[in-house]
Amino acid sequence: MTEQKRQQLLDELLEKQKQGQLKPADRFAIPCQAMPQQDAMERRNNVEEVTTGYSETQARLEAFRCLGCKTAPCVAGCPVRINIKDFITAIADGEFAKALGIIKENSLLPAVCGRVCPQEVQCQEKCTVGLKFKDVNKAVSIGRLERFVADWGAEQNEKDVPKIAAKTKMKVAIIGSGPGSIVAAADTARAGHDVTVFEAFHKPGGVMVYGIPEFRLPKKIVQKEIDVLEEMGVKIIRNFIVGRTRTIEQLMSEDGFDAVYIGVGAGLPSFMGIQGESLVGVYSANEYLTRANLMKAYKFGNGSDTPIIRAKKIAVVGGGNVAMDCARMALRLGAEKVYLLYRRTEKEMPARVEEVHHAKEEGVEFHTLQSPQKIIGDENSCVKAVECIKYQLGEPDESGRRRPVAIENSEFTIDLDAVIIAIGNGANPLIGQTTPNLKLNKWGNIIVDENCKTSIDGVWAGGDIVLGSATVILAMGQGRAAAVAINKYLSEKLSERSGDN
Amino acid sequence: MSHKIISREQLSENVFAIDVTAELIASAAKPGQFIILAINSEYSERIPLTIAGCDTEKGTIRLIWQRLGKTTAELADLKVGETIENIAGPLGKPTHLENFGLVVCVGGGIGNAPLLPIATALKKQGNKIISILGARNKELLILEKEFAAISDELIVTTDDGSYGRKALVTEPLKEICQRKQKPDKVFVIGPTIMMKFCCEVTRQFAVPTDVSLNTIMVDGTGMCGGCRVEIDGKPKFVCVDGPEFDGHKVNFDLMLKRLNAYKNNEQKALEQYKNHKCKIGLDKKKSPDSNGGEII
Ligand SMILES: Cc1cc2nc3c(=O)[nH]c(=O)nc-3n(C[C@H](O)[C@H](O)[C@H](O)COP(=O)(O)OP(=O)(O)OC[C@H]3O[C@@H](n4cnc5c(N)ncnc54)[C@H](O)[C@@H]3O)c2cc1C
Ligand code: SF4
Ligand code: FES
Repeated sequence: MTEQKRQQLLDELLEKQKQGQLKPADRFAIPCQAMPQQDAMERRNNVEEVTTGYSETQARLEAFRCLGCKTAPCVAGCPVRINIKDFITAIADGEFAKALGIIKENSLLPAVCGRVCPQEVQCQEKCTVGLKFKDVNKAVSIGRLERFVADWGAEQNEKDVPKIAAKTKMKVAIIGSGPGSIVAAADTARAGHDVTVFEAFHKPGGVMVYGIPEFRLPKKIVQKEIDVLEEMGVKIIRNFIVGRTRTIEQLMSEDGFDAVYIGVGAGLPSFMGIQGESLVGVYSANEYLTRANLMKAYKFGNGSDTPIIRAKKIAVVGGGNVAMDCARMALRLGAEKVYLLYRRTEKEMPARVEEVHHAKEEGVEFHTLQSPQKIIGDENSCVKAVECIKYQLGEPDESGRRRPVAIENSEFTIDLDAVIIAIGNGANPLIGQTTPNLKLNKWGNIIVDENCKTSIDGVWAGGDIVLGSATVILAMGQGRAAAVAINKYLSEKLSERSGDN
Repeated sequence: MSHKIISREQLSENVFAIDVTAELIASAAKPGQFIILAINSEYSERIPLTIAGCDTEKGTIRLIWQRLGKTTAELADLKVGETIENIAGPLGKPTHLENFGLVVCVGGGIGNAPLLPIATALKKQGNKIISILGARNKELLILEKEFAAISDELIVTTDDGSYGRKALVTEPLKEICQRKQKPDKVFVIGPTIMMKFCCEVTRQFAVPTDVSLNTIMVDGTGMCGGCRVEIDGKPKFVCVDGPEFDGHKVNFDLMLKRLNAYKNNEQKALEQYKNHKCKIGLDKKKSPDSNGGEII
């Protein structure tokens, strides 16, 4: 559809609407608006964002596809309950500022969520339009619309710094600066508390800056959110490793913090425990992506001093979003062949359909039902090949996914220069080790109650360190829930204090 | 919060020392711990350096390093009053200190720097200290005086015999292990290859030996796994599980290989840096000799 045709269609719809004649059938007839994107062969050679975003006309057409269901089932699918129906209606009406305001009531980071949330298993899965077409891909593109309004807002160049309540002099420490921490910091700062974020890395943003690649989430978007926090008066202390530089106990008893939110994320990459995993050229996904994203190794020798192995042939082991990010990053770092090795079939892959689709378009080769059982090195202990074994699907396991079973004598080898292991993370052990009395579960994740409170008074936690590897939106949801509880706790503490006087 | 260089010394042709402001780290650091620094937030790589000393009053830490790759060369070019944008720490587990009895502290090259605070603390715990310091030649020997002050016995070796005894550190180490009073504990910090051979010596005499490993690192919080080594056949992360390990359980051969992973890249970055400096007429110094990708 050309932009001209779209405009024509939009004008017709608006006219019908004015006459009060717009029927659901008209809405169903509107074609799903495809996301404009860079050409696959071009983009595999650059780190610019893959998708370029809807035009205004596209956004309004897509918004017209929404039926405005009375019950708005989509909202129930959204972990932070954004008032989806209303913001989409505002877009259809061309009232983008209003739409943005509605989203911001529930979500602080729409430019991020619009890009990285797995909408197909959240709001869009529940969407009536998708159900009617029996295809979730035909649901209203809620995520793309969210991104559209967020980007529109950014272009208006209006700094949207939330109002701050009267200062309370209560001190809140936020550990880590991922999405959960950003929300917890913003919400507690809004209540007038004195908030400090402690981040181990030299750049704040958590996985959004070191893990999720530039081509999916441009770093300037995250930076903008960090800037807003600082403008709200939140102090961000970089290079501060809680547990080492200061412990939580010290922050509370010596440095005067009244409440703490722990949002240190997942850590400790899992390896497979197979022979050859320590060879040169075997990376965890975290290391590969941190070098490539945070440290900008793609610019090595030309604006970055951090090296990364520029493999010509590389395998990524795993089937999640992280594996897709690694595979696509490897292409951008000049790999000619990128193999994705996964033990089950594509159907079981936890990665988003969109990511799988993008990876394939760009030329990642999917090798399903196979997995490495040995990594083979050359005389310098550099990766030379992997020995794989084939699998078939057996009976379903506890998770309901069919269990992969190795096929005997099906070994074969693939020649490679590097291997990336992207099979998940354990919990970051540092906080647990250095915080006595903090209750952890058997996987090392922090145990919290429904308000995200931990076993220690005055200490809350959320995000991946509680949930295991989760999502940006779930981390944000917990950051918000914790902030509500922290604000309540602090206001009670305040009134106790004034009562004492 | 950048970190200002308060004093700077050139200890030998390629070894430098600075005292740099890092108040929080100075007050928290214990012997055996290290920091990760990035000179500039935009382009620098992150490198680990062991803390060679702290001044809690001045709020400074002491760093000693050898000029090897681009980052260490750039660090060496910083002057007093200039700053390092990022220093994170203290990282790693502190040295386990106790009164072992007779302790041998073996330092090689700039390994003497991180070894000194450990040896000093061990002395304070009431241990008898024999120090063995090795260097390629007299010029490269550092901190001899400081070790002399805290050691009950001090042995210096050089590869070329230009000072002290002409030997590798393993020779006197072996002799000490053969003495009537066998050492109760050995600490070795130095080039990986030296730590490996020292461990081979002490293993024969079943003397418990701790080594401090210097792997490539990125985050230093246990997130990336880039620092992994094999201990007793199992992967361990040096930044959170170490940096000190039972030397008899370390797979040194694998570690040596992993240290060289980026050797070519490092060479390229260093060349570029030097060329750039030549162009702007800064560099009149001789090129540093590289002995692998190791930074201690
Ligand atoms: C490659 C990759 C791709 C992903 N893609 C998606 C996606 O498309 N959509 C999606 O929804 N989710 C995605 N996720 C998951 C998502 O990023 C995480 O669930 C989310 O970021 C977790 O947020 P968090 O608040 O727990 O903090 P994190 O983002 O995990 O950040 C934690 C921060 O704490 C810091 N820290 C750690 N220890 C300490 C300490 N001791 N002291 C101080 N600071 C510390 C860390 O340096 C880090 O900056 C992806 C994850 C990865 C790795
Ligand atoms: S379920 Fe779909 S059609 Fe209904 S209100 Fe939500 S987005 Fe619109
Ligand atoms: S340096 Fe990343 S886990 Fe140790």
